[in-house]
Amino acid sequence: MKYTLSVLVENQAGVLSKISGLFSRRGFNIDSLAVGVTSDPTVSRITIVADGDEYVVEQLEKQLNKLIPVIKVKRLVDGEFISRELCLIKVHSPAAKRFEIIKIAELMGAKVVDVAASTITLEFCDTTDKIATLTDLVKPYGIREIVRTGTVAIDKGKNSVS
Amino acid sequence: MISGADIMVKCLQAEGVDTVFGYPGATICPFYDSLYDSDIKHILVRQEQNAAHAASGYARASMKPGVCVATSGPGATNLITGIATAYCDSIPIIAITGQVKSDLLGRDVFQEADITGACEPFTKHSYLVSRTEDIPRIFKEAFHIASTGRPGPVLIDIPMDMQTNMIESFSYPESVNIRGYKPNTKGHTIQVKKAVEMIKQSKRPIIVSGGGVLSSGAKLKLQKFAEITQIPVLSTMMGIGVMPSEHPLYLGMLGTHGRRCANKALHETDLAIVCGARLGDRAIAAPDQMSERTKIIHIDIDPAEIGKNVIVDVPIVGDMNNVLRGLIENIEGYKIEDEWDAEVKDLKAHYQNKISTFEGYVEPRTLIGKLSSMLKRKAILCADVGQNQIWCANNFKIREGRFFTTGGMGTMGYSIPAAIGAKLGLSKRDVVVVCGDGSFQMSLNELSTIVQNDLNIKIIVMRNYRLGMVRELQDNMYNKRHSATILNDKPDIVALAKAYGIDSAEVSSNEDAEKYIGKIVENDKPFVLVCRVHPDTPSIL
Repeated sequence: MKYTLSVLVENQAGVLSKISGLFSRRGFNIDSLAVGVTSDPTVSRITIVADGDEYVVEQLEKQLNKLIPVIKVKRLVDGEFISRELCLIKVHSPAAKRFEIIKIAELMGAKVVDVAASTITLEFCDTTDKIATLTDLVKPYGIREIVRTGTVAIDKGKNSVS
Repeated sequence: MISGADIMVKCLQAEGVDTVFGYPGATICPFYDSLYDSDIKHILVRQEQNAAHAASGYARASMKPGVCVATSGPGATNLITGIATAYCDSIPIIAITGQVKSDLLGRDVFQEADITGACEPFTKHSYLVSRTEDIPRIFKEAFHIASTGRPGPVLIDIPMDMQTNMIESFSYPESVNIRGYKPNTKGHTIQVKKAVEMIKQSKRPIIVSGGGVLSSGAKLKLQKFAEITQIPVLSTMMGIGVMPSEHPLYLGMLGTHGRRCANKALHETDLAIVCGARLGDRAIAAPDQMSERTKIIHIDIDPAEIGKNVIVDVPIVGDMNNVLRGLIENIEGYKIEDEWDAEVKDLKAHYQNKISTFEGYVEPRTLIGKLSSMLKRKAILCADVGQNQIWCANNFKIREGRFFTTGGMGTMGYSIPAAIGAKLGLSKRDVVVVCGDGSFQMSLNELSTIVQNDLNIKIIVMRNYRLGMVRELQDNMYNKRHSATILNDKPDIVALAKAYGIDSAEVSSNEDAEKYIGKIVENDKPFVLVCRVHPDTPSIL
């Protein structure tokens, strides 16, 4: 089971290493982790997607809460939040295949951001599932490189973390 | 204008620190120079690890954070085991380390080590000072974090230039506001009521008390709760001393090395009221089975302990004093059923650990039992790690005194430095060390500290020329193959103690041992009593 956690932390040096250290030390598996500053410049927000059962995620929340620079931890409820991830995919694309790949990109709503003699680079911002679909579709052409930001997430409606 | 080093000393004074334990070096010299003019007593240990253990012993005795100081690089890394021990045992200490000048950080210069990074898993929090102006806030926060909530070590790493920089003036903050640190001490009223209901419905409740009861100073409340309800009490290693050992309701230490009657009671219970214990594997070997067999109420200040090792029916997060007060108020009129009371008495009478003796040797368990009555009522026993720890845990009879050992981390060499700290924290108490010949040799250099500071600490070395605990494990699990567990008969500990200027004797019978103890407790000089123990003397049975 995948869980999405939103974590507000003090925006200071060393906080990220405290958090990433916690994962390896306690044997938690994380799928992704994305950090950025919030509207309050002294606070950063970390979105963590973790894999595990209820026990693991509860422990993860509690252990995160124990870290002094962690201000708040919230587990986002399935179906009640919006999540997005940005990825850049560089696909092998000889001239003959270029049009096919552009067609796939259009269909999926991805943007072509760079074209070269033998490659084409797509920008795609969507959910993790949609990203998987797009990568599956372009895989047969040969993926040269893929880079992802990790998921960021926000509550639907008026709910918020802070 | 005032220097960062002077500010550090003023911060310690503002926190009421009267004693620090440490070892100087180049990058902490500015602080030591300022300390020289202050009224704070500095105890020079002989290795930094022992400064951390001494600070831990001091903290446990004085009930306020202990402070240890070391220089950068090797000084700081030597502290790590002591810091990790305090972390595992939830003891509040402040570790102050010098660090290379901030413009040299990260360049691998002489005596540079990333100590905040290295200590990350073993500290409750750590600071690397980057502005001299921040020192007062950091000290204020560090003492607050170390001593509130679940206590633990806080590290302050201070580059040398932060100590020498001059700033306008010193003012110590009056309060602390850390957004991410607001321990819940209250104890939820509804949870307390649920717990009371569960206790009333149970047939065979027991109390399992841990170190949290002692560190929160809720010992007497726990005793009161047990007495009004007549619920029997077990303790973990860290919880020893919560109840007087001879208390009719006390069954002893539980767990793999515990008392049989305590484990039997744990097996028979239908409701365990766990107070300030994390129920590690030494206490509860099969947590899943325990959760299936019995209901559990878990009271702890640290929410992360709830549900970590055992599945809990009623969790209560809060300070032990508040929660126990709530339980006592709400449980008015309840007493355990006579049947359970009788059963527990029966268990206590029938399931006692047996002791077999070897002619021509000291029987350590009998001696430790006897030792209790030869010391003052409030004596502090510092036990090391190994068979000696188990002998002490199960046989030392605490009246109003304390039992210091590292039940969480299990660090050999803990007892002597911890006793130094304990003696400085509570100078009027009898302080006695019991260690093995393995653990003695891990911190024997501190005999020198004892002598230099004229500390009245009696050290009993249980000498079997073995690393007894591991050897016993090898006997039971590794086909008696004694790989690396045999010590030789050197050094001559009596001669060694005398070389340090401490009187010493070796005995090989309980009678002689008691004779010596009777004599040495009468004076205020340190003493090393070496007791020859048969290598086959087991930990428990």
